[in-house]
Amino acid sequence: MNVPFRQDPALLRGMTQRRLGRRDAFRLAGLSAAGLALAACGVQGKGTAKPSTSAQAQSEVEKFWSGKAKNGHVDFANWPYYMDPKQPELKQFTQQTGITVNYKEVILEMPSWFAKIQPQLAAGQSIGYDLMVVTNGLHFDQLVQLGFLAPLDHSKLPNFAANAAEQYKNESFDPGNVYSIPWASGMTGIAYNPKYVDTPPTSIAELWNPKYKGKVGMMSDSQEIANFGLFAVGVDPDTSTEADWEKAAAKLKEQRDGGIVRKYYDQAYMDPLAKGDIWLTMAWSGDVFQKNISDGTDLKFVVPQEGGTIWTDNMTIPKTAANPVDAIMLMDFFYDVNIAARLAEYINYVTPVPAAKDVIVADAAKASGDDKKLLEEVASSPLVFPTPEDTARLRSYVKFKTPQEQKKFESIFQAITTS
Amino acid sequence: MSRLRASLTPYLLLFPGGLWLAIFFVIPTVVMLSLSLQSGDVVNGYVFTFNWHSYVDGITTYHDQIVRSVVYGTISTVIQIVIGFPVAYWIAFKGGNRKSIYLFLLLLPFLVSFVLRTISWQFFLSDNGMLLGPLKSLGLVPEDFHILATSAAVIGGLAYNFLPFMILPIYVALERIDPRVLEAAQDLYASKTQIFLRIVLPLSLPGVFAGVLMTFVPATSDYVNASVLGGTGNTMIGNVIQNQFLINQDYPTASALSFTLMALLLVGIFVYAKALGTEDVLEVAAR
Repeated sequence: MNVPFRQDPALLRGMTQRRLGRRDAFRLAGLSAAGLALAACGVQGKGTAKPSTSAQAQSEVEKFWSGKAKNGHVDFANWPYYMDPKQPELKQFTQQTGITVNYKEVILEMPSWFAKIQPQLAAGQSIGYDLMVVTNGLHFDQLVQLGFLAPLDHSKLPNFAANAAEQYKNESFDPGNVYSIPWASGMTGIAYNPKYVDTPPTSIAELWNPKYKGKVGMMSDSQEIANFGLFAVGVDPDTSTEADWEKAAAKLKEQRDGGIVRKYYDQAYMDPLAKGDIWLTMAWSGDVFQKNISDGTDLKFVVPQEGGTIWTDNMTIPKTAANPVDAIMLMDFFYDVNIAARLAEYINYVTPVPAAKDVIVADAAKASGDDKKLLEEVASSPLVFPTPEDTARLRSYVKFKTPQEQKKFESIFQAITTS
Repeated sequence: MSRLRASLTPYLLLFPGGLWLAIFFVIPTVVMLSLSLQSGDVVNGYVFTFNWHSYVDGITTYHDQIVRSVVYGTISTVIQIVIGFPVAYWIAFKGGNRKSIYLFLLLLPFLVSFVLRTISWQFFLSDNGMLLGPLKSLGLVPEDFHILATSAAVIGGLAYNFLPFMILPIYVALERIDPRVLEAAQDLYASKTQIFLRIVLPLSLPGVFAGVLMTFVPATSDYVNASVLGGTGNTMIGNVIQNQFLINQDYPTASALSFTLMALLLVGIFVYAKALGTEDVLEVAAR
């Protein structure tokens, strides 16, 4: 097999820590100009009603897909470090189908990507990509509300139907996979440095423990921190109301004003955690796994008993795509068990294809030495294949019915993080 | 014909610069002003409505961050004068024929990206890092002492990152002082202190003035130092504006805050120029 791990650890880390520092890099590089440029163009809204009945949805699908044919090419926009740079999967796809793939790692973070594509989509123009990977959350919801995503024709997704795990078929952000199927998922839980934290934290309350005063890291992202605030006050984010948000915010404020929080981090919490600037922190699962593999650290990750957050990066087709048929074929291709396994071996995030585990175990049996150890680690890692107990405690981000609601939400939680 | 050309020449010469300013400064400013008065949201679009609420809401919600930015900017500028003036003085008067080497050495770290430099400070100042690690193991500072995530770290970062923009104008002003003026003062029995206070300092003030303009404005609106070196309670207005634009997509509030900051800085500079304006400086120098 194509052994993914025989690499410079720093390189591997760079390639696989997909979230770490990316938003920082983007922001700090001053590319926020993109956002300004969008603003300068003036912003036109274009909200559309979501199809409410399944018959309506079906007719939307037919309307979109009728007359669309395979063109032999697909332009794929993804995040950096989300595929082996040698792109073995895409080569295989081209071999099997004759469809060439132009793969670009152009999505650096959702706000900027949304800002970039929004004007073109609003004008009904192609964004130059037929397939893009979008994280669930505010921007995903906005893409749906604005009618920018093509409804998926599930008759073209047989692998997905056969191999995707059940929970991915009814995600709260896109029930029934009308617009999206997952690329990979990750979890937000608590990471801690066992050098400083003697008793492994199991409860989210540990993030409020005065013992760790000034040594706790929290995330600055409103949706992330809101979920943890809600878990801490015992509310399920899925069913939370504005009153719950206020309650969660009060709890988070108490944590901040008690001097317990060291800092609200964008992404760059792993280095401070490894160095001991912070002892425990909200963290994404893949980051912890990668930091340990690449730097030989012994950081731990737990999903707190009250709950953790699951987020999913999803493959979607923009409505203005030039090659939607080729794009949906590629989407389904990644649900081939072998392909999903290769991908998971490389990127180390949660794969939506549970059967991939057996393939990785088989690969491990064939491999030797360090590769074997690493593949076994991937196969047994609860971060790549979470246990059913973990999964049961995972929740999505808070969803909003109206933009006003979202604005309220942001103002409640940003008052905590931008103090 | 040639007279016509002669009268057009200044305008033709101004044209490239004027076009540049029009496209990259005037138009964006007007668009931003318009945005700051619009209301709506991304999904339904923004409409121009003379919505002054963005200003009122922005200022009431974020006055802490605005005040903090001005305070941080001011303190860091003062620190830069205190550090930068002696450095510029030393290079200008004691640098001899190695002046350009010293200037190059001064600028060398600043060839590295602004962000990377700030991040390396993060490494250097970390709780068990190069600086605090040894101090803690020697027991010179308490175990829970930290520099990062404090306002001191943010102000220090600001002072460090903009320092050359303070030193260079002061250096240029000092360098221009005619040595014969100083000799004349000596010949007239002025003491060293008198020479400095009556001649060098007044002649350097235009440089200090330029240095303050070039450091106070970017330091006050900076968001990198606060996000890399700061902690809770160190957010500056630049970070808020960035959040409003990129995360909330609340363009009206972001634009309103940007305008507020711009107005505040302009007023500040105006007052400052009045108090220590170039004309006055020249008057002092002529005395």
